[in-house]
Parts: sequence; structure tokens; C-alpha cells
Amino acid sequence: MIYALPFLGEGFLVTLAVSGLVVAGSLGLGLVLGTALAFGPRWLGLPIRAFADTARAIPLIVLIFTVYYGLPALGANLPPFWAAVAALTLFKTGHVIEIVRGAVGSIAPGQMEAAKAIGLTFVARLRYVIFPQAVRRFLPPWINSVTDSVKGSALVSLVGVVDLMLAIQQVIGRTYQPMPLYLLGAAIYIAVNATLSVASRRLEARFARVVAA
Amino acid sequence: MSHALLAIRDLTKRFGATTVLDGVDLDVARGEVVVVIGASGSGKTTLLRCVNALVPYDSGSVTLDGVEIGYTAPGSGVRRSDRALAALRADIGMVFQMFNLFPHLTARDNVALGLRVTRGMPKAEARVRAEHWLARVGLADRMDHLPSQLSGGQQQRVGIARAVAMEPKLLLLDEITSALDPELVGEVLDVVRGLAADGMTMLMVTHEMSFARDAGHRVVFMDKGRIAEEGRPNEVLGRPQSDRLRRFLRRIELRTE
Repeated sequence: MIYALPFLGEGFLVTLAVSGLVVAGSLGLGLVLGTALAFGPRWLGLPIRAFADTARAIPLIVLIFTVYYGLPALGANLPPFWAAVAALTLFKTGHVIEIVRGAVGSIAPGQMEAAKAIGLTFVARLRYVIFPQAVRRFLPPWINSVTDSVKGSALVSLVGVVDLMLAIQQVIGRTYQPMPLYLLGAAIYIAVNATLSVASRRLEARFARVVAA
Repeated sequence: MSHALLAIRDLTKRFGATTVLDGVDLDVARGEVVVVIGASGSGKTTLLRCVNALVPYDSGSVTLDGVEIGYTAPGSGVRRSDRALAALRADIGMVFQMFNLFPHLTARDNVALGLRVTRGMPKAEARVRAEHWLARVGLADRMDHLPSQLSGGQQQRVGIARAVAMEPKLLLLDEITSALDPELVGEVLDVVRGLAADGMTMLMVTHEMSFARDAGHRVVFMDKGRIAEEGRPNEVLGRPQSDRLRRFLRRIELRTE
């Protein structure tokens, strides 16, 4: 099994790359869209709500296949890696929109008004007043969704992207030793997500101290 | 009154089918302290919130130093952009009934935030100015406290310092003592008296009649979205003309006894 480790390592790097891209992409999109949903006008909120609900209502695997087979039909020929990342990002963005909306929505309206009253622009109100308070509410569910992304990234193997999951299956295909390899895979996923959990608890504790309300 | 700092003309505001402000005309001269009284639902808080466009008004005009607040020009029907509104609001201070301090910032940073971000002041200068105003409201020893570590009266004094540190042309005070325990009202009103003595222009909604009498230059009684009576405090409070004002004053007196 030792000779398979470099191959598994490459798969692991792909898993990390997919997870990282999905987490970063969905965070950026989700912050903008979730904030627009919370504070924007109705005409902007309705399509965002529709998108978030749709993205979360479709099973992830259906979404991946839809993007993978659907984009070429629309003339966009993405390699499997990017098609899978795009699908996972859409799915995750739906969640992040909800998390952001819930977190900023939990801040009392008087905070926005007080920030307006001292002449802050919209972006400054978010940056100095709303987000620093909302981050405490945002972190726990968001870290949950990050670990979800890492686990969900295993589905990219279904469109032929050689991530940790597919690398394991390919090694099994040659060695006929499923159990030790699946256990190894499980251990790696656990290690990644346990690290994330520990880091998130540290982060939460720090923000809880900062916002001692 | 032609040189009024704040000029409100035929101001009308509806929430759905309810008319909250029904053609309000009001001038506030530089250095003047105008006290607005009235029952809840009479439109006095909405009037204040229209002045810095926290709520958009439907028709009429609100001008500060001749500049229309909510719209690009009187009657244009085009709302000002967020950026333009922010610039105008920088010159209009507001103190809130529930304080609305930023809970994640110390007293000092609550006051310094607008100075640094809105006024673009260097950090050290904003800090000095914030400390000056906190000392002025009697909180020199509370600069590093978070709002949650302060009493209601102290929090509201930070709220006042946060507003006046911006050196606004006009200060709006919205029932700033209503959420306070009775024994803490005095310390907050003393700060407001000091500002009035310094010539700060103020438009103030309050139920503190004794304060209106001794610190107000003019009292405005609002009823059903209109100004029903106005004049010098002693006239309006001492010789009410309408039954409504008489009944309102009796209720207030009963409550404060």
C-alpha cells in the first residue's frame, strides 16, 4: 500500500483545492448576495431568495451532473474539475446566503440607524458596525458548512475528477483491498474536519471575548 | 425666521393608509432649542427621523442651511444617493431613545468612529477629540468601558458625546430619557442643558415638561400629525389653548408625580 501513497497524496491535494475554491467562492458570493438580501430592495431580494432556495433544494449530485452535462449544451465547455467546482460553489452559496442573512438580520435595526446618524456610508456601516457584530452569529453555522464542503467535495469523483475519493477507488481497483483504504480515506477526512472544528472553536472564543455584549 | 437653520415645509409622511405627518411647517433658528411634545402616535418621532432622512418623506421639504435633505431638490421626487445622504447626516447629530451604542466598541471608539471614518480624522486626533467630549459629559473615567459595562445614564451620555463630537449644525434628540430609570434622567438632561447654553441648535422630543419649560426656547405640541400649538414654553405649557393639549399635560403631570 505504501507505493500508493504519492498517488493518494495527489488526490488529497485535489480535494483540498476543490474545497478551498468552493469555500472561498461561496463565501465571497454569499456575503454579497446575503447582504443584498438583508438590506437591499425587494426587486433584488426576490431573485436572490429564489436562487438560494433552488440551490439548496437540489441534491448536490443532481446539481453536479446538471452543470457538467448542461454547460456544454449552453456552449460553455468546462473541464470536469471546474464544472464540479462551479456546481459545488452554487450549492454552497445558497447556504452561505442564508447564514449571512440570518447573522446580519440578528443585529438590531437601531445599529444601522446609529451608524447612518454619524454619517457612515453603506459600506462603512457594514464594515465598522454590522459585520463586526454579526461575525459571532455567522461563524458557527459557517464552519459547519465548511466541513460540509470538504465532505461534499468527494462527489466530484463522480465526474472523473481524481480527488482523494477517486484516488482511493482506483487504488482499490488494483489491490482489491477496500477496507484498509476506505479507513485511511475516512481518517484523512476526519483529520481535516477535526482541524477545522478546533480552529473554529478558537475563533469563536476570540470573537465572543471581543463582543462581550 | 428667514434665516432659519432648519426649515420644514408642508411635510407629509404616510405609512400605508395612515398619515403620520400631515403638512408640518417648522423653522428652527441657529442656536434655538425647540422642544416637541405630544402623545405617542402624534408623529413627533417621525418628524425627527425625517429631518435626517432615516425615513423618507412623501412630500414637502426639509432643508438644512438651504440644502434639501431627502431629495436632490425640493419637490424633485428623486431621492438622494446613500453617499450624498451620508455627507448631509454628518452635520446632523442624533441621540436615540434606546441609546443605540455600538456594543462591540468602547465608549471612546463609539465617539471616535464617525470622526475617523466620516470626517477622515487621523486616529490620534479622533482619539483626543473623543476623550475631550467624553470628559465633557462626565465620563473621563469610563473611556475604555464597553456599553454593557455602563449604566443607562452613562450610555446615553456616550450617545450624546458621539453625536456632538461630530460638531453637527443641528442636534436631534428623540425621547432620550424615556428608557432611563428616573434617578438617571437628571444627569443626562444636565448635559443637554450645558449644550444649549453653548448655543447648540436642538430639536428635541421629550416628555420632561420641566426641562421644556426651563431649557426650551420654544415648545411645539403635535397632534395627529400636525402642529396644534406652538410658542414660548410658558405660554404653551402654562396657558394651553386646546382641550387636547390640556388633557395631554394633565396626563403627563399625573405620570411624573
